[in-house]
Amino acid sequence: VTNRSAILIGDASPEGDFHAAEARRRCRIYRRRIIDLSQSTTALHAAPAFSCMEITDVIYHGLMRRDPNGAQKDIFIMSKGHGCIAQYVILENLGILTPDDLALYCKPGGRLGAHPDYETPGIAASTGSLGHGLGIATGQAYAECVKGTDLRVYCLLSDGEFQEGSTWEAMMTAANLRVTNLVAFMDNNDFSALERMSERHKAFYPLVEKAEAFGWEAVEVDGHDSAAIFNAVKSRLGDCPLLVVCRTTKGKGVSYMENAPIWHYRSPNSQEYEVAMRELSAEDAS
Amino acid sequence: LRNKFADTFYELGRGDSRLCIVVADISPVGSMSKFRNEFPKRFVNTGVSEQIMIGLAAGMCQRGLRPFAYTIATFALYRPFEFVRDDLCYQNLPVTVVGIGGGVTYSTLGATHHAQEDVAIACSIPNFSVIAPCDPTETEAVTRWCAVQEHGPVYLRLAKAGEPDLTKGALDPWRFGKLRRLRRGTDVCILSYGTITKRALEVADRYAAYGQQAAVAVVPTLKPLDRKGLGEILRAFPHVVVIEECAPNGSLSSRVKGLAYEIGASCRLDTFTLQDAFIHCYGSYDDILAAHGLATADICAKLGMS
Repeated sequence: VTNRSAILIGDASPEGDFHAAEARRRCRIYRRRIIDLSQSTTALHAAPAFSCMEITDVIYHGLMRRDPNGAQKDIFIMSKGHGCIAQYVILENLGILTPDDLALYCKPGGRLGAHPDYETPGIAASTGSLGHGLGIATGQAYAECVKGTDLRVYCLLSDGEFQEGSTWEAMMTAANLRVTNLVAFMDNNDFSALERMSERHKAFYPLVEKAEAFGWEAVEVDGHDSAAIFNAVKSRLGDCPLLVVCRTTKGKGVSYMENAPIWHYRSPNSQEYEVAMRELSAEDAS
Repeated sequence: LRNKFADTFYELGRGDSRLCIVVADISPVGSMSKFRNEFPKRFVNTGVSEQIMIGLAAGMCQRGLRPFAYTIATFALYRPFEFVRDDLCYQNLPVTVVGIGGGVTYSTLGATHHAQEDVAIACSIPNFSVIAPCDPTETEAVTRWCAVQEHGPVYLRLAKAGEPDLTKGALDPWRFGKLRRLRRGTDVCILSYGTITKRALEVADRYAAYGQQAAVAVVPTLKPLDRKGLGEILRAFPHVVVIEECAPNGSLSSRVKGLAYEIGASCRLDTFTLQDAFIHCYGSYDDILAAHGLATADICAKLGMS
């Protein structure tokens, strides 16, 4: 069982350095927690969560500012709703969700499903259907501009969501409205549920150039390098919305899950569980 | 209705900084243009992009603003349907989706511009309230309600411009979720909503010429339906007629029939709707309604008044 108290909360100051080693340690703990949860449910989407684990961790522990009372001041929208278990384990770690909430994940009487629901603690929008999150995030960011606040909105999308026309409507509108308080992250694991983008949807690439052509600042980074993700946001020019294209590996961290489409949905059996936990603990032991 | 909406929205917007309008490439005329000039940040044109029109309005509402999403009815509801359903209705946000040219208002533009099933479709989505005012005065009252309500998302079905005043002398004021009696009568009660209410009143006049007292009531709120008020009418009158500008499946007519069965009403019930068909006919609004069998003379003939 994961030792939650071992996680150091808020070790990165938004204005200071980002502690990459701590981020790696947190992400191993989060992944182990997800593997733990996989033993009591079949609807987990572990591989899509693993590909965006570092991105989500950087957003919560490096980028989102907190009020003096510790509450999140900035906004995060998990547009790739099927990756929400990555968000849930962080919200549990932050005390916004409880271990009981996680224990009842996808179970009667619980409040957490396989896609996030608006007004659940810590959840800023209902997602699950792809191509909705960036539009909502643009609206939230624009509202803060109208109100004259300094709130920032972070939105995490799957690469598959950039196959939705609605995402490009949002890209165009966010640039037109100059919502500079919006930062989007693309979890570019190169897989949709069925197949690889780079093999079957070649026109999907290039990405940075497309985003720039739509009036965004865009940068590409290794999506499992927490410091690179953090620095990409910190070094932005800031006169238009920012897209961070994060090159990732679906199922990252567990060898047999990496780039294997079956793990989009599947949960490991007991033998596979042991292998996953061993692999996700290796760096701790070394 | 469109102009009255704009006048009312402009007036309300001057006093409430939360009010915003998000349009998708529809030209701001009259008061809407004044609103845009005075409050440029609170008027957003997304261009020909209806999905982001709805998504943007959802996000703005979640952060405390009061957006109205506004375009031609087919593009306000059908094109971004899943965004209306998921972003507005599932999240239960008090955003008003204003559909201009509901029904077959755009009579020369063909079925791509006919929102002939809009009311039925909107009524099928959980949390969505559906309101179709019949004249400028009712439009003003509804717009005022939409600007402050905390009920949830609303589909506001409007026509365009130049509609006559039909509710002067109404027996009841406009209230959300309640039908309104416009005229007293004892022999038959005609139910309607939206601009086609004008025909309901014409049919009532014809009944008078035949020596019968026809009551007229409008049902501006199609969802939630005033089941109590409708039930009282179905019990009180020997004959009830529904006249509406909506395709039959999921229409007010079908729901009044269902209600009549549920409560065991024994009245005669005649319903007049648009056809369940794409009718290739171009002409005036009256021409298109006639093509759907909704000319006043045709309705009267079917009711035995030739």
